[in-house]
Amino acid sequence: MADLNIKIKNLELKNPVLTASGTFGYGEEFEDFIDINKLGGIIVKGTTLEPRQGNPYPRMAETASGMLNAVGLQNKGVDVFINDIYPKIKKYNTNVIVNVSGSNIKEYVKTAEKINHLDKIPAIELNISCPNVKQGGMAFGTNAKSAAEVTKAVREVYKKTLIVKLSPNVTDITEIAKAVEAEGADSVSLINTLLGMAVDVNTQRPLLSTVTGGLSGPCVKPVALRMVWQVFNAVKIPVIGLGGIMNANDAIEFILAGATAIQIGTANFIDPQISIKIIKGIEKYLSERNISSINDLIGGLKMESA
Amino acid sequence: MTTKKQIQDFIVLNNKKINSDYFELELKAPVKLPEIFPAQFIEIHIENAKDTFLRRPISIHDIDYDKNTITLLIQIKGEGTKTLSKIEKDASLNIIYPLGNSFSIPDKKEKVLLVGGGCGSAPLLFLAKYLFNKNIIPYILIGGKSENDILKIENFGEYGNVFITTEDGSLGFKGIVTEHPLLKKEVEKHNISKIYTCGPEPMMKAIAKIANKNNIACEASLENMMACGIGACLCCVVETTSGNQRVCCDGPVFDVKNLKGWE
Ligand SMILES: Cc1cc2nc3c(=O)[nH]c(=O)nc-3n(C[C@H](O)[C@H](O)[C@H](O)COP(=O)(O)OP(=O)(O)OC[C@H]3O[C@@H](n4cnc5c(N)ncnc54)[C@H](O)[C@@H]3O)c2cc1C
Ligand SMILES: Cc1cc2nc3c(=O)[nH]c(=O)nc-3n(C[C@H](O)[C@H](O)[C@H](O)COP(=O)(O)O)c2cc1C
Ligand code: FES
Repeated sequence: MADLNIKIKNLELKNPVLTASGTFGYGEEFEDFIDINKLGGIIVKGTTLEPRQGNPYPRMAETASGMLNAVGLQNKGVDVFINDIYPKIKKYNTNVIVNVSGSNIKEYVKTAEKINHLDKIPAIELNISCPNVKQGGMAFGTNAKSAAEVTKAVREVYKKTLIVKLSPNVTDITEIAKAVEAEGADSVSLINTLLGMAVDVNTQRPLLSTVTGGLSGPCVKPVALRMVWQVFNAVKIPVIGLGGIMNANDAIEFILAGATAIQIGTANFIDPQISIKIIKGIEKYLSERNISSINDLIGGLKMESA
Repeated sequence: MTTKKQIQDFIVLNNKKINSDYFELELKAPVKLPEIFPAQFIEIHIENAKDTFLRRPISIHDIDYDKNTITLLIQIKGEGTKTLSKIEKDASLNIIYPLGNSFSIPDKKEKVLLVGGGCGSAPLLFLAKYLFNKNIIPYILIGGKSENDILKIENFGEYGNVFITTEDGSLGFKGIVTEHPLLKKEVEKHNISKIYTCGPEPMMKAIAKIANKNNIACEASLENMMACGIGACLCCVVETTSGNQRVCCDGPVFDVKNLKGWE
């Protein structure tokens, strides 16, 4: 059987499949469908210092091969996470990673500091790329200087594995990736959602309460793949790839393009068992080709003409 | 109702056209069905429907434990439901079920009223049958734009006292449900202890208003847009007195007193 173990700095994953923030609740929602412990890890919903109500309904619109969302980081705040949610999910025998967000650097730092004390949380994913909040969020991730500043400030207080999640809504994503790498990020994950919009021609109104929202699903895959490839070639730290992964072949495309690990997002809504199916599919792919370790596949895209 | 959620392929036993807008699907489960309660729903994966990416939430309309089947009552709205309306016998459909909470059932004999219209009749007929089996004979007020929206009246008639309204007057009382004399007669005289409603939101809100004004308990089953249906995405929320709640798993049934903007 092929070896699926990978490492991202000090973070050890039994396989490269994680579930994406905001699409997998706190894991509990999927317990009826899969054994969470079989995943490489789960990344829980974006967590902020204070509780947030999120945006008004409607927050979702279906699009051709995907969806727009404008959830806007609804969460109960880091203290409720620590006191009520963490005790329930720390039992998982997999990596539980917290997606951290904020409106200003102080909020990011305070939230990261609090999570640093939790034994069973081996890493955080810094969300500097949420398009659905008015302040902060994506603003940090679309400018190399502010992306560097927030990474630097969090790095000072957060001692475990620090992943920074990048926004695709930029001219040159490699510039942001290099900036956060220089300030001590252990890994970058990409992509967050692409800013989009949809209109109801009958009512002549936007379909989302916020007018614009984040596009995800298979329609974003080619863009995500291109960005993973560009960032893989620009930085030395491991890249985590996501955006529209629906099956094992999609996952392998990202790994060939340079992703050390991948995340499953919107696909969880269509098939709550897809993450486990993708792990099996990757294993099968490796076995059929006599590749002994997943590490031999990472960035293995063949460029010479056949 | 913490029944374990399942994902399975069901087989189409019957696809029956009711009229140009509505059809009924009878689906056979691959394993023994768990107990299912009125207002619970399923998420169907519809293959080969243009631009239909997400699953579609549909209420459970009827359940036959002997045959091990569930029945759905569906209104053709867009591509997803249109494709589903053409599905052939013996085809398979991938389904996540049972989802959501349910209407609360009175434990003693009470006079209750069911108000609905269009595809809102789907969970209400299940509720009427459920109440009838508990010896509670409900009043049932069904409304719609026209005759076409008034579905399965004979079945409703088996379980309760049925009243009909249509906006164009093609069947029953001419007007909207909230104008029906039954409300004046029974609700305002406090002969009813509880109202259950499912249908278009403006109708449910108007009913909630009448219930609140007369201090009668009222439960509404909401149909917000859903992405996951299992509580993970926070897309389907409704504003309540205790913050945003998920219609797919904290609902679909809510006490209207707890809904913001329904006062
Ligand atoms: C809990 C729940 C139970 C439901 N039960 C039933 C039922 O028993 N029978 C039935 O016919 N319908 C039911 N619906 C509504 C049904 O889900 C939608 O009509 C269906 O998703 C439309 O899909 P479509 O692809 O045909 O239309 P689309 O092309 O997706 O949309 C056509 C129109 O339908 C509306 N619509 C789309 N999705 C939804 C949705 N999730 N909820 C409400 N409106 C929507 C949109 O406003 C749009 O304008 C239920 C919805 C929910 C949330
Ligand atoms: C409903 C929804 C909620 C999301 N919430 C978050 C979030 O809280 N934090 C975050 O970093 N990304 C969030 N995302 C983005 C996803 O994690 C992911 O980056 C994006 O959807 C692209 O991947 P996909 O196409 O596989 O879904 C959310 C996405 C969706 C669809
Ligand atoms: S539809 Fe995803 S939480 Fe309700």
